[in-house]
Amino acid sequence: MSVAMKNLKTFPGGLHPPDNKQWSADKPIEDCPMPDELVIPLAQHIGAPAEACVEAGELVKKGQLVGTAKGFVSVPIHASTSGEVVAVEPRPHPMGKALPAVVIKPDGEDAWLPGLQGGDPASLSPVELRDRIRDAGIVGMGGATFPAHVKLSPPEDKPIDTLILNGVECEPYLTADHRLMLERPEAILGGIAILQKILGVKRTCIGIEANKPDAIEQLTAATSDLPIEVVPLQVKYPQGAEKQLILAITGREVPSGGLPMDVGVVVQNVGTCTAIDDAVRRGLPLVERIATITGPGVVEPKNLRIRVGTSLQYLVDQCGGLKGEPAKIIMGGPMMGMAQLSLDVPATRGTSGLLLFTSENVPVRPEGPCLRCGRCVRACPARILPTTIAAYARLDLTDEAEAYHAMDCIECGCCTYSCPAALPLVQAIRGAKGAILAKRRKG
Amino acid sequence: MLAAILSLGGIGLAAAVALGFAAKKFAVEVDPREQAILEVLPNANCGACGFPGCSGYAKMVATSDKIAAACPPGGAVVMEKIANIMGLAPVEAEPMVAVVLCQGDDGKARQKYHYLGVHDCVAAQKVADGPKTCPSGCLGLGTCARVCPFDAIEMTPDGLAVISRARCTGCGKCVSSCPRSVIGMKPLDATVHVLCNSHDKGGLVRKYCDIGCIGCMICKKTAPTAYEIENFLASVVYENHGDAEVAIEKCPTKCIRNFMDGYPEGSSFSAPTCMREAG
Repeated sequence: MSVAMKNLKTFPGGLHPPDNKQWSADKPIEDCPMPDELVIPLAQHIGAPAEACVEAGELVKKGQLVGTAKGFVSVPIHASTSGEVVAVEPRPHPMGKALPAVVIKPDGEDAWLPGLQGGDPASLSPVELRDRIRDAGIVGMGGATFPAHVKLSPPEDKPIDTLILNGVECEPYLTADHRLMLERPEAILGGIAILQKILGVKRTCIGIEANKPDAIEQLTAATSDLPIEVVPLQVKYPQGAEKQLILAITGREVPSGGLPMDVGVVVQNVGTCTAIDDAVRRGLPLVERIATITGPGVVEPKNLRIRVGTSLQYLVDQCGGLKGEPAKIIMGGPMMGMAQLSLDVPATRGTSGLLLFTSENVPVRPEGPCLRCGRCVRACPARILPTTIAAYARLDLTDEAEAYHAMDCIECGCCTYSCPAALPLVQAIRGAKGAILAKRRKG
Repeated sequence: MLAAILSLGGIGLAAAVALGFAAKKFAVEVDPREQAILEVLPNANCGACGFPGCSGYAKMVATSDKIAAACPPGGAVVMEKIANIMGLAPVEAEPMVAVVLCQGDDGKARQKYHYLGVHDCVAAQKVADGPKTCPSGCLGLGTCARVCPFDAIEMTPDGLAVISRARCTGCGKCVSSCPRSVIGMKPLDATVHVLCNSHDKGGLVRKYCDIGCIGCMICKKTAPTAYEIENFLASVVYENHGDAEVAIEKCPTKCIRNFMDGYPEGSSFSAPTCMREAG
């Protein structure tokens, strides 16, 4: 063990839920077979949904554009295999409603679009590199799916001096980034080189939680003669949240209402990094990703390389199926992921994991009165007062909630997790944030 | 002792004189009629008139010398008092009552998921458009009951909002609080209503609710003048609702109710207090 594990950097607040990563941490990434149908939603990212540019009956190749970006904060969508477009229609979406999607019936050949060409990052200008990233439809792969090219286009007056790679993977259960760091370090380093060139940064760090010593060791060895620091971090949720990661590594605090670029930092997930490497060096658009299918409700947890648009049911079938009726299906991690109505929805570019729980694992506690114990306040990494804001939110006192900095909530869920009275705190704060934004839009 | 009495008494006297002078000098002139109107208003500050609270309404009437809007909770009685104070003709407004156009409680309507968040309909509606499979049915989490200034809405044990016709003043506050627009304002003299809000086709409605309107037209065939069907949903023609009652028996899903025969199942409100008390 070459990494010193004492006095690790971290942020104030947070907590450490049982991480349950042991079920899938040692499972190498497997390729998920081809499903009978791929449902590729046109809304897979933060920002404006893409607009379909193919029609039913058309034949497409893997990597072909099927949806064009609408606006700057938007990305194009590509076919994740070759085959026939059978429909362009609203289909059930992980958001809980039917949203427009391109449905492809695979022809089994999985043939890439001819003419997809990689390039040498050294000979491309930063602007060309950024355009390639945008055209490949790259979004933040940690789960938030924010278009990568937007983060890589900081305004002139916000110089960026530090690039942070997020390999923290602080959400319990998930091991997709962990496996990626072990299995594709060269792609991560390739992506870093591209990001360094675009941003012109002085300092580059890879933040990894100390519960992944093998990944820390591997990347430390791989970066020994490169200007990249591997920073082991204390095992604490939400260490991988953007603002908390910046604070832990650089000591800089993103101001209230600000963005990482306000303190001269850009953060990208390691998964995004490999996608950028594939997009620039090999010319491949973002049509697949790594996802962890795990939880006590699935027979054999696995890390799978999945095509965007594969149904969750199909993913579960590849892992030996369900153990009994699932009581809870979560896309993403257990703390910030989205509960799903059924397995009849497609995986998207943001599907970092799929968790299945049976009824024994989903205790429902009755909601009690606030005990004023302050555990949520101690746990809150944004250092706001969750119980106060939630109380205002439930009385529809939007202005008061805003005055208590509801908008600084990162929705990590530490407050709800820590509450002994089982109060839906983060849920109420999210409601308040929605009301505040609606009010601001009204003017 | 004496010094203390004198000094404290002196301070008190000086303050009293100063305050008395200030009260005369800086007195705000209030139209006595405004005060009189405020006294006869229900003072629920419900906002149904469109003005900020009862004082806003009283100020509007007193300063503009006309009664630009009715006070629905006050009704004809309050309107007459205000008209007397102002020496103006009263504004006629048809008395209205809020009706929850849904009877699909947890026993009768299907849920698509088990909701565990904030106990509030607006919050629940944001999670995949609400836990109820029916996209237009009552979510039963009581947001309307909490905003009602007259305590006229109760939630049945099976999660259905029911509005007391005796207590409801027709202020309409619940209507704007409901994220699914399940509550409608209806004329008070009509007691027969189609209690369904779903515009889905019959087959779909049958899948998610036992007591929804399937748009079968039987009510319209039975009482052609009293019902109209739009987008697979029947509604009473309130201008001509005399015959509405005869269709109740014929409705296959029993989604038409005469409130004179009682409130929806599970409600603790009793039928005899079906109408608003006079006065």
